[in-house]
Amino acid sequence: MISLAGRDILHSCSKFVLTGIGLGLLIGVTLSMAGIYRGMVDDAKALLNNSGADIWVVQQETQGPYAESSSLRDDVYRALLALPGISRAANVTYLTMQVRLGNTDVRAMVVGFEPGQPGEPGYLVAGRQITRSHYEAVADVKTGFQLGDTIRIRRHDYRVVGLTRRMVSSGGDPMVFIPLKDAQEAQFLKDNDAILNERARTTANPSLNRPGVPGLLDAILASQNANHNVNAVLVQIAPGAEPEQLASEIRRWKHLQAFTRAQMEEILVSKLIATSAKQIGMFLVILAIVSAAIVAFIIYTMTLGKIREIAVLKLIGTRNRTIAGMILQQAMGLGLIGFMVGKTVATLWAPFFPKFVLLEPGDAVRGFIAVMLICALASTLAIRVALRVDPATAIGG
Amino acid sequence: MKPSQFISRKLGLWFFAAMLVVGFGVAVARSGPLSPIQVTTLRVESGSLSPAIFGIGTVEARRSYLIGPTAAGRVKAVHADVGETVKAGQLLAEIDPVDLDERLRSTEAAYARAASAVTAAEAQRKDALARRQLAELNAKRYRDLGGKNFVSSSAVEGKQQELDSAQAALEASEANLQGARQEQLRLKADQDGIRQQRGNLLLLAPRDGLVTSRDAEPGSTVIAGQAVLRLVEPDSLWVKARLDQGRSRGLAVGQPADIVLRSNVSTPLPGKVARIEPVSDSVTEERIAQIAFERIPEGLSVGEMTEVTVKNGAAQSGLLLPNAAIKQMPQGSGVWKLKDGKPSLTPVKLGSNSLDGNVQILDGLVAGDEVVIHSERDLNEGARIKVVSQLVGKPK
Repeated sequence: MISLAGRDILHSCSKFVLTGIGLGLLIGVTLSMAGIYRGMVDDAKALLNNSGADIWVVQQETQGPYAESSSLRDDVYRALLALPGISRAANVTYLTMQVRLGNTDVRAMVVGFEPGQPGEPGYLVAGRQITRSHYEAVADVKTGFQLGDTIRIRRHDYRVVGLTRRMVSSGGDPMVFIPLKDAQEAQFLKDNDAILNERARTTANPSLNRPGVPGLLDAILASQNANHNVNAVLVQIAPGAEPEQLASEIRRWKHLQAFTRAQMEEILVSKLIATSAKQIGMFLVILAIVSAAIVAFIIYTMTLGKIREIAVLKLIGTRNRTIAGMILQQAMGLGLIGFMVGKTVATLWAPFFPKFVLLEPGDAVRGFIAVMLICALASTLAIRVALRVDPATAIGG
Repeated sequence: MKPSQFISRKLGLWFFAAMLVVGFGVAVARSGPLSPIQVTTLRVESGSLSPAIFGIGTVEARRSYLIGPTAAGRVKAVHADVGETVKAGQLLAEIDPVDLDERLRSTEAAYARAASAVTAAEAQRKDALARRQLAELNAKRYRDLGGKNFVSSSAVEGKQQELDSAQAALEASEANLQGARQEQLRLKADQDGIRQQRGNLLLLAPRDGLVTSRDAEPGSTVIAGQAVLRLVEPDSLWVKARLDQGRSRGLAVGQPADIVLRSNVSTPLPGKVARIEPVSDSVTEERIAQIAFERIPEGLSVGEMTEVTVKNGAAQSGLLLPNAAIKQMPQGSGVWKLKDGKPSLTPVKLGSNSLDGNVQILDGLVAGDEVVIHSERDLNEGARIKVVSQLVGKPK
């Protein structure tokens, strides 16, 4: 038995293929939009994964270090290490800033970490980890930096010794990892003019610059320029310890805020990126509805375009089932081509987006089912029209 | 429709379908979680590594001097300025003596008077001596005459009493002279003391040195111990380096070091560890060591920032790996070793590391093991991987 659908497709081959490709591009946009939404959420999760922490300890009454600013003394981690159940704890600082390379600058999140401790980039794609305690950096490839580049953060030059990948802030800015002490300085050090002004101000204060106490002014000036603050302490717990229990212990007895992994994810996903994610989600919904409508209309008009041929088929006594099958098969075929083209182009153009686009297989499967359902539904409209055709139309009646 | 046209259309459609399927297949396989993780690997080899420690420091003077008065006073004059080289003993500054000169004159006058008093006492003593000699002669004559009964015994006793009185007067005048001399000595000592105090108001250079700061100007009042000038010995400049505690194992006096001055980044200067402070900074968690220059460069400024690389120890040989391969876990360090082409996390024991990123493997691997160095994302046990020669950049 010959396939009526196949015959008809062969008859209007280029039209069918072009319609399929057009539909595919539309589906590709929809899939990409879903990918952008997933990418945003994944950026947030990547941030958590990369820090390698089980518990985040931040300033009391804050939801830092990502959603709010938080400031802790850098010796807090020692007190935390003394708690049973904590295996590693390390200071970390985060600062989003423009990092200069030559005459250009790149927006990046500068992370101050202690080599070998939580917060260190977990894997590299090139180069090596930091070995010097100052002036070396590991950068995410998205920054565009190369191995051996000299980048400038505040007043110091750093040499890029390693490159990593998918190390981004919750906003999708690539990360630049530098040693903690440098980062503390970069974050809290003022520029030279401000330091000079501050010195002059202190010197002019008669209660701080007392003639009878010679060393006082020097001591005050030195303490003004020292900084022992960090943004958070990343804690890894010992195997078998309960993170929630440890976190509540830290909250209660160390008078600091502590978040477990689940709480941090909640803060990032439902607070930090909530609005922009909803924005994208809203757009995705509209795009999906529009795509569905367009698919339905295309199939409907395709059927209307061959109403005369259907009438002829009816005239020669073709069964309704065969005609309905032809339309359904064509609609499904169109959907299949559209989906495959869409998935392919979405995958091809995904790497060119400035921010991460995550095309999840689950989304693809859901998209496939949705496309097929929409095509089937749309074809029922067309089938209804086709079955109601009067065979007399075929002979101009 | 002609059959040939029909067939070519059919072929075209099949071609399109094939293209689509291939493209789709590639797209699905190359991206997303189904695709293999690209990695670069390396076989573990033995080699040698020279351990080194990196730190930053500032140029400081080993010996620096605060030149100031020992008592509060007003600065009268400052004779040296910042940047001047001074010799040991050179007058650097003077403190206003206030009434010290007048007091000195007063003691000088008192001393002169005491000298006159001594002269007077000496004259009195001579007078008393003369009187006593006369009294002695008289007393002797009367005793002789009394023995021959030419004079009465009362006359003899009278002369004897005159002799005793003269003797007493002589003793008194001698004591007087002694007292006058002692008074003179006392005044002399007073005078010396005031002179010394006066000299103490002159601030002299204790050593040959360089003036680094001038903290008080003439007219300003300084208290005891406050600096008027600061001196350093230029030939005692060294670098006070702060080295990360965590990497400072094996640091020892005498180890060679490279010093890079911020003002001259391209030329490292040779030096060596001159002193390691026994107390390390517990707040910043750094060891403090002083690095001496082999030859102190011209125009070195105190307080300049430097980078120091200390070569702490001889080259060590053993199995080496780049540190990018090391994965830190709560349980310790590990590496992704390839077992039948699949990564498996293998715990390792690490030895020393070098600044160029090599780590010595003490235990856990044998030579020839293939280990993942770089990967494009986090690996997990038994993940599908694809070994490539490099992950980013142009292929070499």
